[in-house]
Amino acid sequence: MTLEKNGVLSLEELAELPGMPSKERLEQGPVAVIECAQEIPCNPCEEACPSGAIQVGEPITNLPVLIEDKCTGCGLCIAACPGQAIFVVDMTYSDKEAIVQLPYEFLPLPEKGETIDGLDREGQRICTARVVKVLNPKKFDRTPVVTIAVPKGCAMAVRDIAIRR
Amino acid sequence: MRGTEFAIVGAGPAGLSAAIEAARAGVQVMLIDENEKPGGQLFKQIHKFFGSKEHYAGIRGIDIGAQLLSEVEACGVEVMLDSVVWGGFADHTLGIIRDQKNLQLKAKKILLATGAAENALAFPGWTLPGVMGAGAIQTLVNVQRVLPGRRVLMVGSGNVGLIVSYQLLQAGAEVVAVLEAVPKVGGYGVHASKLRRHGVPILTSTTIKEARGKERVEKAISIGLDHDWREIPGTEREYEADVICLALGLTPLSELAWMAGCQFEYIPQLGGHVPVHDSNMETTVRGIYVAGDVSGIEEASTAMEEGKLAGIAVAEALGYLSAEEAASRKEAVLRRLDELRSGPFGEARNQAKERLHQQRCSQ
Amino acid sequence: MRVEEHPILGEMKKPSFVEIEVDGEVIQAIAGEPIAAALLAAGKSIFRYTRKLHEPRGVFCAIGRCTDCMMVVDGVPNVRTCVTPVKAGMKIQTQHGLGEFRSVLQ
Repeated sequence: MTLEKNGVLSLEELAELPGMPSKERLEQGPVAVIECAQEIPCNPCEEACPSGAIQVGEPITNLPVLIEDKCTGCGLCIAACPGQAIFVVDMTYSDKEAIVQLPYEFLPLPEKGETIDGLDREGQRICTARVVKVLNPKKFDRTPVVTIAVPKGCAMAVRDIAIRR
Repeated sequence: MRGTEFAIVGAGPAGLSAAIEAARAGVQVMLIDENEKPGGQLFKQIHKFFGSKEHYAGIRGIDIGAQLLSEVEACGVEVMLDSVVWGGFADHTLGIIRDQKNLQLKAKKILLATGAAENALAFPGWTLPGVMGAGAIQTLVNVQRVLPGRRVLMVGSGNVGLIVSYQLLQAGAEVVAVLEAVPKVGGYGVHASKLRRHGVPILTSTTIKEARGKERVEKAISIGLDHDWREIPGTEREYEADVICLALGLTPLSELAWMAGCQFEYIPQLGGHVPVHDSNMETTVRGIYVAGDVSGIEEASTAMEEGKLAGIAVAEALGYLSAEEAASRKEAVLRRLDELRSGPFGEARNQAKERLHQQRCSQ
Repeated sequence: MRVEEHPILGEMKKPSFVEIEVDGEVIQAIAGEPIAAALLAAGKSIFRYTRKLHEPRGVFCAIGRCTDCMMVVDGVPNVRTCVTPVKAGMKIQTQHGLGEFRSVLQ
């Protein structure tokens, strides 16, 4: 598994995850993308989802399964995941852009309207992202969720934004 | 000579949990720690824990620690801080140094929850200021809020190395690379992924060869390893770094158990020599229990559960809990422990603990 | 350097500073913090020199176990600075070798 070799899931490994939405579902609107690939005893994502769209069950080492028809893309699972492995993608944002919601526990927090480097799973800058929203309510317990607009083609590759010093 | 019913050495997650469980059942508890504040390693864990709701999943270690502390206070446990337990004896006496005076404590039951110490690795230049343990970095950064340097090379990719690397990024430092001697990442993939997407390289089959600098670390040299752990000439790489962090695993701090005559077993999956204990956490010396990292290196979540087990077992042994009540409470804890020890990351530890329990019971 | 703003720990609460002397130089320390933290925050990384080879040592374990961080504090040598809190007016010196106890006995 490339994840074990160097900490990055390959596209093939991602495609097989039960937490991945189908292409059809992605094209319908915002949906969770759960990049959880190892059997670790853990289920806060299942607990956090108000729509029953994430299923872990027992044993709690099961990989989370995305029930895509139930998922509304609300994003409550993003801050709940201790591994920061959950994102929300909305391919329907506009003709050219998609949005990605991701967890970001760094300072300074970006601000709405800012542009920032969009990074892929290997930390490569693959696009310029525009910050659409930053949510940091108490309920997220210091895991802010940043919503960025990116070129559609990058939506399934951008998984972080640069840390500014 | 002072006396108490239940003396607990170490006020980390295991000790605190045992104190709460026993005190709630009515046991007179004395909780002793050498530090000026209780909490052990919990107050360095600023990340969210894994597990289920019952395991405090999604809650940060620091908040779990605060919760445990307030519960201990509410239970009427006597807490003795700045007190070093220098001796533990089979007759249930503890030697303690406090305020530069020696005092002795006799306890009906004793729990050793003394945790673990970091492993070191000697390599040319390792004594240079700037080479430090991962626990040291965590203490300095997350508790004292001091960054010991700006560019850190992390040696070791277990959960500690990966988590501390992430915490260094959060504190404003740069992690130039994470080195891992074996061919695969030691800790959770998600911890590694968080680093990789910020451009931190993770190099497997690679180790630290040398630290260079005039009077402190200025450069670090890494080198590739082959299947037989031999350095591969020509694969050296130089990094500009002012800190080299060693995250190479932990070894139980078990001197008191040795002194008291507990039997040990060498189990690499649990960090080395561990005191043999049963599922009540009792060692081969009657009335002396162990819990947490001292009984085998795992994590804070398992330490808390093991502490509870010891607390319940002691309350039962002292007559504060009936056998039925104790059995039902233990069952709940054992179930939670089994869950924490399931899956590919927990299996080896699970088997090791089961072997230990069987061994203890056969005596 | 001090981490004044942190995404999880928040902003540092207004600390109360005390002055300590390190090899004759006055530095600011936060009341109650370990001496080692104050020194590292002030950019000092060498705490002592070894007896035989005069090699520099700093902080290694930061938990009071390894003795790397020992310094002479108010005339007393071999003080583990990582677990000893600062006090206003403390005089700290880089330790050379094993230090001298004679200065305390006199």
